[in-house]
Amino acid sequence: MSVSSTPLEPLGSEVLLQDGNAMVLSMGPQHPSTHGVLQIMLEIEGETVVKAEPEIGYLHTGIEKTAENLFWTQAQTVIERMDYLAPESNALCYCLAVEKLLGVEAEIPERATLIRVLVAELTRIASHCVWLGTHGIDLGALSIFFYCFDLRENILDLQEAAGGARMHPNYVRVGGVNGDLPDGFLTRLDALIEKFPGRMRELRALLQKNPIFQDRTIDVGIVSAEQAVGWALTGPALRASGVAYDVRRAFPYCGYDKYEFDVPTRKEGDAYARFLVRLDEMDEAMRIVAQVRKALRPGPTMSSNVKFAPPPKETIAISMEALIHHFKLVSEGFRVPPGDVYASVEGPRGELGYYVVSDGGNRPYRVRTRPPSLYNLQALKGMAPGNLIADLVVMIGSMDPVFGEVDR
Amino acid sequence: MEVGPGHFLLAKLDDVARWAQSSSVWPLTMGLACCAIEMMSVTAPEYDVARLGSEVFRASPRQADLMIVSGRVAQKMAPIVKRLYDQMADPKWVISMGACASSGGIFDNYAIVQGVDTIVPVDVYVPGCPPTPDGLLYAINLIQQQIREGGRGGIFARA
Repeated sequence: MSVSSTPLEPLGSEVLLQDGNAMVLSMGPQHPSTHGVLQIMLEIEGETVVKAEPEIGYLHTGIEKTAENLFWTQAQTVIERMDYLAPESNALCYCLAVEKLLGVEAEIPERATLIRVLVAELTRIASHCVWLGTHGIDLGALSIFFYCFDLRENILDLQEAAGGARMHPNYVRVGGVNGDLPDGFLTRLDALIEKFPGRMRELRALLQKNPIFQDRTIDVGIVSAEQAVGWALTGPALRASGVAYDVRRAFPYCGYDKYEFDVPTRKEGDAYARFLVRLDEMDEAMRIVAQVRKALRPGPTMSSNVKFAPPPKETIAISMEALIHHFKLVSEGFRVPPGDVYASVEGPRGELGYYVVSDGGNRPYRVRTRPPSLYNLQALKGMAPGNLIADLVVMIGSMDPVFGEVDR
Repeated sequence: MEVGPGHFLLAKLDDVARWAQSSSVWPLTMGLACCAIEMMSVTAPEYDVARLGSEVFRASPRQADLMIVSGRVAQKMAPIVKRLYDQMADPKWVISMGACASSGGIFDNYAIVQGVDTIVPVDVYVPGCPPTPDGLLYAINLIQQQIREGGRGGIFARA
């Protein structure tokens, strides 16, 4: 495809219409504070927003359509690239849905489930680190970015060790996880668990009592509990408004009902409350990680049902059966009985759900996503009017949208 | 450069200018997708692109020298990427970061531009999905090398 060099339509940050006191201004899609490629059509009077209309789709990737043309396992590759701050949550949710369709939930080994919880909670911390760092930059607090990304590197190192890649490790697979944790992983994990509380104290010390940060966030972007439920907000955005809905509690999966953790909530519903809820969530996530660490026992990490789970690599060289199963799985994938299923997990941004339909073939018939960011972002339309443009930046940041999953 | 008698250096003005230019390549703050997060990691303590003089990310294309196309370019975003490139002042360079920006990557479909080089001229391609920050650092190194040598051309970055 080539793009012609004829003059382009008016897009970008410029005045589109001026009429009396009102002015229509386009914010984004190239803007440092929109957390990606979001365009907001603003109707403003002076600096006050009268109307804000988010325009999405600048990162539309056709992920759901592409997934229909890939084997069940291959589809996971594109699915991980939706919410790129928490790829493990995406993969986990998709695998849970496919396992539900296959009817093999009971065949997932104990150790695999524990490792899944481990990586899902680590990825939550890493995701919140990116949110906190970028939210800080938006408000002019640059130092927090360096602290957050330093902490995130520790988690990415672990992720890279386990899955082989920093950001999209494709580690959680249908039937378990791809290979056991490598040597030395647990030692490094222990070191992280030990230094984490100190790191969190640093992060809190930088912003929590900072008067400028408080001025910018307290009473900004208030969402009442009724509004939050009405807009179908989930995750920290909902819990900051006083509704204690958490998928891990409401519909436990992966044995979350066995772990001790609190669901942090606040009553205020403003940007500062969302900031506090996310910080508390990081602490709670690490609490779960520590419990998983204690519960880890040696054992298999992949189901032994070779009809959908690849046989162990070392058996392929010595067993004809294993070789055949491996060949079949790689060349034509596995088949999933016809039916449809919805599975959801608590991602860093809220309820992440997959509605998966199978027609009995070796490729998904439909993979419909419920991306929490999309639902959380629509609250912007209700929050923005009457506030300053500068506060709009705070609102976008406090909703923590990821455009890979908004636009898909 | 050579050391002259006494305390001064002799150099060609061109060389000095290129040296200065290559040590202060300011990238455009343009994050598109996953690669943008790794682009941010490059500025973080572990990789610290400030060592190369490229930590000053500019939100305005008018002040930027380097466009890092960090992620998949959707058909809807393509005209804007082209427009941003046109708004940047000469001389300017482009890094195509990641498989999606370079070739469409795994997204060979209706929504994604199959290679940002169909829109803007690319100087360095960085492979990976997403590339590691080391890969991007190396790409910036290659851009600096190009600037010092005063030439341009398609060079593939391999970290």
